[in-house]
Order: sequence, then C-alpha cells, then structure tokens
Amino acid sequence: MKHLLSIEDLSADELEHMLTLTDRFVEVSQRKVPRIPALQGKTVVSLFYEDSTRTRLSFETAAKRLSADVMTFSVSTSSANKGESIRDTVETIEAMGIDAMVVRHKAAGVPLQIAGWTQASVVNGGDGWHQHPTQALLDCYTIRTRLGSLQGRSIAIVGDIKHSRVARSNVQAFTALGAEVTLVAPATLLPPSLDGWPVKVEHEIEAVLGRVDVIYLLRMQMERTTEALVPSLREYTSIYGLTDERSARLREDVLVMHPGPMNRGVEIGPSVPDRPNTVITQQVANGVAVRMAVLFELLTGDRS
Amino acid sequence: MTTPALAIRGGSVLTDGSLEPVRADVLVVDGRIVAVGGSVEVPLGGEVLDATGCVVGPGLVDLHTHLREPGNEAAETIETGSRAAMLGGYTAVVAMPNTTPAIDSAAVVEQVLRLGRSAGLCEVLVAGAITVGRAGERLAPMAEMAELGVRIFTDDGAGVQNNRLMRRALEYASSLGVTLAQHCEDAALAEGGVMHEGAWSARLGLPGQPSEAEELMVARDIALCRRTGTPVHFLHMSTAGSVELIRRAKADGLPITAEAAPHHFTLTDACLARYDTVFKVHPPLRADADVAAVKAGLADGTIDAIATDHAPHTPETKEQSMLDAPPGMLGLQTALSLAITELDLPIARVFSLLSGGPARIAKVDDRHGHVSVGRAANICVVDPSATWTVDPAALASKARNTPYAGRTLHGVVRHTVFNGLATVVDSTARR
Repeated sequence: MKHLLSIEDLSADELEHMLTLTDRFVEVSQRKVPRIPALQGKTVVSLFYEDSTRTRLSFETAAKRLSADVMTFSVSTSSANKGESIRDTVETIEAMGIDAMVVRHKAAGVPLQIAGWTQASVVNGGDGWHQHPTQALLDCYTIRTRLGSLQGRSIAIVGDIKHSRVARSNVQAFTALGAEVTLVAPATLLPPSLDGWPVKVEHEIEAVLGRVDVIYLLRMQMERTTEALVPSLREYTSIYGLTDERSARLREDVLVMHPGPMNRGVEIGPSVPDRPNTVITQQVANGVAVRMAVLFELLTGDRS
Repeated sequence: MTTPALAIRGGSVLTDGSLEPVRADVLVVDGRIVAVGGSVEVPLGGEVLDATGCVVGPGLVDLHTHLREPGNEAAETIETGSRAAMLGGYTAVVAMPNTTPAIDSAAVVEQVLRLGRSAGLCEVLVAGAITVGRAGERLAPMAEMAELGVRIFTDDGAGVQNNRLMRRALEYASSLGVTLAQHCEDAALAEGGVMHEGAWSARLGLPGQPSEAEELMVARDIALCRRTGTPVHFLHMSTAGSVELIRRAKADGLPITAEAAPHHFTLTDACLARYDTVFKVHPPLRADADVAAVKAGLADGTIDAIATDHAPHTPETKEQSMLDAPPGMLGLQTALSLAITELDLPIARVFSLLSGGPARIAKVDDRHGHVSVGRAANICVVDPSATWTVDPAALASKARNTPYAGRTLHGVVRHTVFNGLATVVDSTARR
C-alpha cells in the first residue's frame, strides 16, 4: 500500500490484515516505554487544513511511538492563508524531504488530489463528508476486540449520515467485513441517494434497539437546525437520541460507540457513556495503535 | 476594404436549406461569396484553399463565450479567446458579461467591441448584463446597450433570483427587440453544490446541486415569457426535466430558444470520481438519463444551439479543492469535433446547431450562418472523418482546463474564413 485514501480502496483481506497488524501495536502501546524504532529516520507531516486536535494528536502520537520525526503544518499559521495553492504547499513541504503526509481538509477529495502531486505516502485524516479511513479501522478493531468478529453482526449507525465521513467509511468497512448495517436518520440527514449502498434504513431509533449488536452514534451539530435539516435538537433527541431510558432497555452486551466529540444529552444520554459496554474511550485508545499500523504499513511495506 | 479573391476547392458545400453537402467550389471576392458551383475560376492573384474530403459550411457562432477581459486577463483575453474560436471554426462569439467590471454599461460594451475588432480574428459580439453588476438588484441600462447593437442580455454565472425583478426586466426589454438569456440556477436550492446531486455526489461526499435548481427557474421563466411575450433564451440546459419543459413551452408557441453545451451531451457526473476539478462546471455534469435527454433535444429541435460555455481558468485556480476551485471548462476548439463524434446527427444538422441556429438567436444571421451567393464569406471547412487528439498544451486559449485531454475526436477544422479573409489555413492560424 502506498496511500490510505479511502476504505473503498481496501479489500476485505487488506482490512483484516490491518486489524491483525494493529494487535502488535496495541501490545507496544501497553509497554512501559511505548516506543519502537520502526520508523527511525522517517518524517511524517500532519497537514491539517481543518482543526482537529484529537485526530492530529492521535496521528502524531502514533508516529512518535514508531520513532518517526513529526512535523505539524497547521493552516492558521501557514501560507495557505496567504492564498498559496494546495499544490504549491504540498510541493514546498515535499522539498523538505518527507515520507508521509497525514491530510485533513474540509473538502472531499483533497487527500486524493494531493496523492497525485507528491511522491510521499498520503494518509487521509478526514476529507469533508467523504472518508475517514483510520476512524473506520479503529472502529472495526474495537468491535472485533469486543465481539470477536464483525461477520453477521448487526450495526446501526444513527444520526447525521449525510454530512459524515465517519458514516461513509464505516458503512464500507463494516459491510466489507460481513456486518449488516442499518442507517437511522431523518431523510434530511441521509445522502441524496443510497443507490449502491448495502444498507437498510430506519427513521426512528426505537426500530433498531431490540435487534442490533452495535449502536454507532454520530455527533449531532447545532447548526443542522439552522439549515432546516431538523426542527430542533429536542425533537431530534426524542426520535434519534440514545437516551438513558432507551439505553436501559438495551441488551447488556450491545456495544455503544461514538467517534467523538459527544454532545451529552443530544445524541447520547448523560449516563450512557458510563455504561460498561459503551466503548468510546477504547475507540480513542485503539486509534493510536491503528494509526501506528497504518504508518508502519505505508512506510515499511510493499509500496507498489 | 478589398481583400484577395479566395477559392475553396474540392469540398462538399452545405448551402442554405440543403440536407446534404453537395460537391461544389466556393468563390469569395471582396468578403462576399460570389459563386458556389461545380468548379469556379480563380481570379489572378487569388488564393486556393484545398477542401478535398471536407464539408464547407457556415462559420460557427458561439452564443456563450467567456473571454475574461476585462478583469481576468491571466485566464484569457479577447485576442486569445478569438484565436481559439477561429481555430475551432468560429466566425462569431458572444462574450458573456461576467467580467470585472461586468458588461453592464455602454462604456464596457464599447470597450469589448473595440478590443474584438482590433483582434480581428472573429466577430466579437457582446451579451450585456440584465442587472447592474450582475447583482440582481437594479436593472442595467439595457436600452443604451441595445443602441450599441447588444441583442442578448443575461446575468450569466448566476440566474436572476428575484421573480419580480425578472418580470420587470422582461417587460422593460419587450420594446427593445432583444432576448433575455437565463443561467437557470435557483441559488437557495443550489447553494454550496459543486456537482450534480445524485448517487455520485452521495458517494463522493460532495455537496450537490439538485436538478430542480435548474428546472424551477426554467419553469418560472417560461411562465414569465408567457406573460410578457419577450423572447427568452435558456443557457446551457443540462437536465431531462428542463428539456421537457422547453419542449412543451415551444409546442405552446412561446418565443423560447435553448442551448446545450458540449460537456452536457458528452460527460456525466461519474467523471468527478477522481475529484479532478477540470470537471467542475455549472450547471454540473449530470446523470446518464440527462445526457440522453439533451441529445434527444438536440436531435428533435427542442434545443436550438450548441454553445460552448468556454470558461478559461488558470491552472493555479483549478489546482484547489473541489469546494474552492472555480467552475468552468474550455470549449471553443473541441465543440465541433464533439458534435461530430458524439451526436448521431447529419452534418447539416450539426452545422445548424453550431451556426445557423445560434446566428438567428444572436440576430447576426444576416452575416453568419449561410454559405450562399451574396452572403458575407464566413465559412468553416471541416474534415469530418479526420481525427485529432486533444492536447491541452496545444490549445490557443491561455488556459488549459479542457476535460477532453487525450481524447481522440473526429472532425478536424481545416480552414476558417472570416469576412472573406482566410484566418485559419490547414488547421494553422494565419493571423
């Protein structure tokens, strides 16, 4: 693998390979000194055109645990604000001699565009509404750790699917690994077309509570109400929220997941995060190991 | 002005009203066609253009050209755009008013007309803005611009959003002998959309423009045309629904015309799969069914003209994200070849869509759109069976944003004659 741009580019075997590889880095992360020299002498740049402290820190921690040199390119302090084109920025950074770029951008497709302009490996750190492949890998890893496998599991993804790169990546990853996916959202928060999406659709969270193994909640943003996508957060919560009351009716072994940051009291009840099988912090912890696996694979593996 | 006599020999000529090209030579003297016949005598000192294997048709007329001057001369100038036009077989282009400043006053109209004349490579006509600064708030001085010969008004780049203002514009223009042309895009529905809304936009995670953003404005302007009687021209029609609305309005006898751009009958939204901004255009590339409907509209006469929407952009502005890159693509040097290659239409119909039809809409059919004795010699000689491969670097436009790079097309423009002067000979610019 040369780049990691989209879950679509990975076969089921490649997904499984990445999850298996992650096991090794979970082990490294649990050591007293969680650092190995695998990427010594390699330079990883995080090129973030959109603020994301969590994802950036996760990638940078992963790179440091592999002993790579890490550079941060943050848009607020860069020449991108002075009108430099993305291509010029990429060529400038490349001239410094780097091995990988982790790219986040508000526009879908930018990591793929950049991959055409650089010799370095490109990791998609989230592009617009399109893809967030390392999030999907860490989510699959988390589910696999808890449930053994995704094969035959039933997973509901609840909330703003339309604007969610996490949802797009996860639909592809979950279904590739054999899970059944149900999207739960009002029509305004679904993509304009689901042609070719191997999913079922429901329009209330009650419809899936009794029959799923995993409930994956998406962040519901306040601004969706001003865009007339939902009337109010209160109404959203009443139909789509995993409230404390609904959570109490879940089977105990049902996993509850969230990519963060959460809006407690909106999509997720105030006490749901503290439930034993709510695995939100495990997702974050696994994120570092997954990103170690990705950087390791791209920078040491067969790059054909 | 006296120009040397010119004979076009060995080709098949598309004379007025002919359904098939007929083997004939054409003789041009002093800028006019003086003979069309089996073989013509060339006066002493006259030039002969070889048209063996070629169709000799009327020079093409583009209703929709962005020449970018004044304001964005880095992307195109009136001179470079005119050069691209003549190499594409055009003898007249209508310059769109979304320049900086906008063509919304007599002064800017005069400036563009003067620069077009001084380039002298094809006739540069002007579309004036409907509203001041194309801002959609106050009427631009349409009568003053019409006085200078402007016959088409549009806020192209945007549609006139305000229904009442559009009604007033049509009422005011009704006495001026002009046509109002609309870029149909409901701003609220299309807001933020960078491609067609559908299965591809859903998959690519890009905000889409629904077909209804175009169709609602088509429907509105048909209603306002019915009320005011002022001729309305629909720019770059891209959806099946729009084509059907226009088909019905024409059946009702309304004074409505429409154009389609080559990219809307040759490319679909699937082209965006690799996020290549060269395929970003407004209205966006649509779905297969829309392409089929546009082709059907071109075949049955619902759509009167092929217009390029030639929209040059510098490489650095296109090398941005799909959200940030400007919409638009080059068109002048590929339109005729695409029509020949991709439309299953007789060559006479191709020329009608690229020359006769648009010449009537632009009201220049006195001097463009005909190959017949007594007419001004504005001629396009094309070899329809010869092929060429599109090389962006070889295009005459200043910009390089063609979506057809590497495509091999049928139809090579051999010669272009503008007002009796050979401007392109053997596919090479002479001026």
